Amino acid sequence: MEKRVTFSKWTVGILFAVPQLLLIFTFFYWPAGQAVYWSLTLQQPWGGGNIWVGLDNFKSILSSADYWNSITASLVFAGISTGLAMFIALVLAALTDRQLAGSRFYRVVLIWPYGIAAPALALAFRFILAPEAGFMAVVNRMWPGFWDPGLDGVDAMASIIAAFSWKYVGYNFIFFLAAFQAIPRSLIEAAAMDGSGVVRRFFDIQFPLITPTIFFLLVINITESFQDSFGIVDIMTSGGPANATNLMVYKIYSDGFKGLDYSGAAAQSIILMLLIIVLTIFQFRFIERRVHYR
Amino acid sequence: MSMIKHGLAALAAGTISVSLALPAIAAPTKFDFWFGLSGDLERVVQTLCKNFNESQKEYEVVCTSQGNYDATLQNTIAAFRAGKQPTVVQVYDVGTATMMLSGAYKPADKLMEENGYKVDYSDYFPGIARYYATSKGEMLSFPFNSSTALMYWNKDAFAKIGKTEAPKTWEDVGADLKALKDAGYECPMAINISGNESWQLMEQFSAIHNQPIATENNGYDGLDARLEVNKTKFVQYVGDLKKWYDEGLIKIKSKDLGQDMVQAFASGTCEVILSSVGDHGTVTKTKKEGLNWDVAELPTYAGTERKNSLVGGASLWVLSGKSDAEYKGAAAFLNFIQDPKTALFWSTNTGYIPVTKSGFDYMKANGFYDKAPYKGREVAIASLTASEPTEITRGIRLGNFTQIRAEFGTQMQAIFANKVSVQDGIDTLVKNGDAILDRFQQTYPNKTLP
Repeated sequence: MEKRVTFSKWTVGILFAVPQLLLIFTFFYWPAGQAVYWSLTLQQPWGGGNIWVGLDNFKSILSSADYWNSITASLVFAGISTGLAMFIALVLAALTDRQLAGSRFYRVVLIWPYGIAAPALALAFRFILAPEAGFMAVVNRMWPGFWDPGLDGVDAMASIIAAFSWKYVGYNFIFFLAAFQAIPRSLIEAAAMDGSGVVRRFFDIQFPLITPTIFFLLVINITESFQDSFGIVDIMTSGGPANATNLMVYKIYSDGFKGLDYSGAAAQSIILMLLIIVLTIFQFRFIERRVHYR
Repeated sequence: MSMIKHGLAALAAGTISVSLALPAIAAPTKFDFWFGLSGDLERVVQTLCKNFNESQKEYEVVCTSQGNYDATLQNTIAAFRAGKQPTVVQVYDVGTATMMLSGAYKPADKLMEENGYKVDYSDYFPGIARYYATSKGEMLSFPFNSSTALMYWNKDAFAKIGKTEAPKTWEDVGADLKALKDAGYECPMAINISGNESWQLMEQFSAIHNQPIATENNGYDGLDARLEVNKTKFVQYVGDLKKWYDEGLIKIKSKDLGQDMVQAFASGTCEVILSSVGDHGTVTKTKKEGLNWDVAELPTYAGTERKNSLVGGASLWVLSGKSDAEYKGAAAFLNFIQDPKTALFWSTNTGYIPVTKSGFDYMKANGFYDKAPYKGREVAIASLTASEPTEITRGIRLGNFTQIRAEFGTQMQAIFANKVSVQDGIDTLVKNGDAILDRFQQTYPNKTLP
């Protein structure tokens, strides 16, 4: 006789899953389905009616130079800010893990940035990086015209990358530190007794052991850089100058809500969703191979 | 426990029967008014609402700020789609074309007529009325907060170069800026080149010079209007601004860079700006001690016959799908707002100008314009009424104009960053703007502007 509790019918299982499914349906599938429908029509903003246009919205978006510029900007932003945020967090976590003097203090302080809402930190960075009034004004006084995010697209991009990376350094730091601390001390001590230095231990023991965390953070950082960048762009650059920082997520907002072009914005959000899916599949397919799970 | 329940039920029943028995002291009809002003201006609107509620007992307006113009329109659309729209909503100037095609409004002129209010439409300044009226002259919404662009100039700085008057032509402006620079002023003139400045740099400039922004009389005559600013005097204007910028006569000032142009002017950092008369109060309040300044009409190129400048701001729309009682309240509210006494209250507490001649006369009679800090604001009226509105200076009626303004900012930034030439940049502005207009037209097939 079986001693486990079993359910006679599979329907009971379904019943338990229903609340969850209902939630996912209401908050994900239904709006996503609505977005797909809108992307195939031309919606009148006030709801007076719509016209079926098939793939016209996608065609006009993909044939627009501005949109390709927006995709490029998003990829540049994602690549550099993810790289920066992960590298800095990795170094900081490795140092904190070494129990240097004051590491407890750093541990707390370095987590803070992630707790700050994107618009608030963007406002702070706007002041810090303002060419005439902020910290960069000092640099500008030494080299006039060096820093001009109002007209120079590269400077503007650098500003939003700095703000975004700063925020995600905190997030990545938590995970890296936890990963480092999960490595058995005995491994590191054994290596130390064998005579390997700090750097050698890092590359031969610690780094390989935290690759699952690195991979996880890579996926999260890239995904978030496509989505969470909105608040920063909105406050710091509004997509300018000359569209240099008009990231995909910001363009969706400005076309949809400011321009009342709901259909075009819906089509853009479908493309953004597909792009993130493709990037994530790519990462799982090709980068995960190099990850060593224990 | 059950005692309490019974007691409560009895109490509730009693309340209902009392309220049924006494319809005479029914609460006033409530209706919603959503607006897009915030900060200091929000408080003034709330006072205005309070004044209305205290002026009569039948209606009560509930006024809610939505933060800014964009958000007000977005939130109203969302509310309308959900059937929870406010009765009255403030929509900014460039949203007029979108509103007219929405099918979501009750024409304001009809509303007033149905509720027995006689409105003298000829009392509105034509430059203001025509901006919001249909091509046939019907007022579908009522002008509310109105402004126009002026040139702010620093009298002391100009005195240093031997001038006692503001330059009247752009040729003079060029010479004066040069002289100011030579006299040691670091920032003779400040501009900004985001989408927001399309208003003074492109729209006001074109109106004053009687230059079209788009075909079909700036869109009044049809949805097939397309931009044509790449063939007008506007190109020369941008070329001059760019040249002066390159020579260091013009500096770009924006909030993102640390200081916007109004702050730059009020602090005495820059000597000339082009901005809304709405900033008159801001400069008065925030200016550096002893700043000696004045406002003047926007300059024109030599040999231009000056036309009226355009009104900026917003109008009040009454939305469809509300009850008769709410419409009665809305009509009373609109009637209250266009009262000359309200105009005086409104203009005193904000930088906005009166929208009716009677309001203007009433304010003049009260000596409003004679002394500081309001002296100088009459220049805005002079600018708005410089001529009878022509087919082109009535206003701009283009769909999704907010996006075209954003495109203006984008291309101006590309031009000023030397990425493209002036002509190429404006050509791109026209090309991208036309794509926006094309899309708007496709969204409303078989529809025409009223």
